[in-house]
Amino acid sequence: MIDKRVGSLVEAVADIRDGATVLVGGFGNSGIPVELVHAVLDQGARDLTLVTNNAGSGDSDVAALLREHRVRKIICSYPRTSGSIWFEERYRAGEIELELVPQGTLSERMRAAGAGLGGFFTPAGADSLLAEGKEVRIINGRRHVFEEPLHGDVALIKARKADRWGNLVYSTAARNFGPTMATAATLTVVQVREFVELGDLDPECIVTPGIFVDRVVEVGV
Amino acid sequence: MSGPRLSLTDMARRVARDIPSGAYVNLGIGMPTLVGDVVSPEKEIVYHSENGILGMGPAPAPGEGDPELINAGKQPVTLVPGGSYFHHTDSFMMMRGGHIDVTVLGAFQISATGDLANWATDEVGHPPAVGGAMDLAVGAKRVLVLMTHTTKDGRPKILPACTFPLTAAGVVDRIYTELAVIDVTADGLVVREVVAGLERAELQERTGARLAFADDVAELEPGAV
Repeated sequence: MIDKRVGSLVEAVADIRDGATVLVGGFGNSGIPVELVHAVLDQGARDLTLVTNNAGSGDSDVAALLREHRVRKIICSYPRTSGSIWFEERYRAGEIELELVPQGTLSERMRAAGAGLGGFFTPAGADSLLAEGKEVRIINGRRHVFEEPLHGDVALIKARKADRWGNLVYSTAARNFGPTMATAATLTVVQVREFVELGDLDPECIVTPGIFVDRVVEVGV
Repeated sequence: MSGPRLSLTDMARRVARDIPSGAYVNLGIGMPTLVGDVVSPEKEIVYHSENGILGMGPAPAPGEGDPELINAGKQPVTLVPGGSYFHHTDSFMMMRGGHIDVTVLGAFQISATGDLANWATDEVGHPPAVGGAMDLAVGAKRVLVLMTHTTKDGRPKILPACTFPLTAAGVVDRIYTELAVIDVTADGLVVREVVAGLERAELQERTGARLAFADDVAELEPGAV
């Protein structure tokens, strides 16, 4: 029987290794898998490369990983948000490396990884400093920069409901990076508000088919 | 700065006039969000938000709303009937792929050829951040810029060439400031409208790049835009 449900957050993040690349869903405070990130904090993995749109704010989740010196590198589009104090502190101290990526490129690089593609050419950023050192090609008269796929060892995402096959539906704009990240990691771990019976999710409305999901844990939020 | 000028509301109203009914529109963070407040209710506009929303509605009533339903500026919003949610990759497909009819963006600098600099200044020490600016700038069918004509200390923001790092080259279609409406054309910058009472020489003085004036330059009356 296929059953991707796990009984605890500890089990959900059990084998994340030091040095892992971890994709963390969320945009601002919307869709962040807060409980899973805190479980990683407790689990102890360090030297992590985080791939996430923002670099955390306040003292919670991603910011807490930064505070506790768990992060070696962050790949994101917008690290500077109100209250991103821990990111700024670690960045100024030269303690973490920042790879800045245009937001659409960040998402598309993960899509490429999930889709088994070797990368893509995009006009976004092709005229900018972010294209430095990358291959630029003129396509249809316009400059495009080559971007490589971005694969994760682990993806941590938040959804609203899951069944035991790992089929997912999300909640409003909290969906954001979740469906793409789910496809791009070796191990995709999902926290959900509630488990439902197999067959309860309308097949016309399942957003992430369970094939992209490895573990789901119910957290009630 | 003294002299005749449009208020922020006037500027937003002027931009709103150029957004046609039926358009799919992405409003940038900051000043551009004001445009949504002044678009004629007779127009049916579908607002897009980069974090996966089409049919974005206004802020919810205090105490209501969904804390995860936010806009690109991370402020709470609502969804109008007919609206939809989708994931980030689809959202940026809409932006980069030429499906958004109009975007209104802020800018630090714009060049005479429509180069846009709106993501980084020459300020050192700040970590850089780019967000969705580059995808939107290269992908929207029409790129409108709403900004102050000069910096706070009076330096021109419309220049022969940008000195700040570029967001994208040659993408800006039209510029709206408190002083004028200016088109970026193949022949350079062409002033279409000027705030009433401002001499052409004065407008040129506050602009780093050379301006041409349309044959039929219209006047913008403060308070009556």
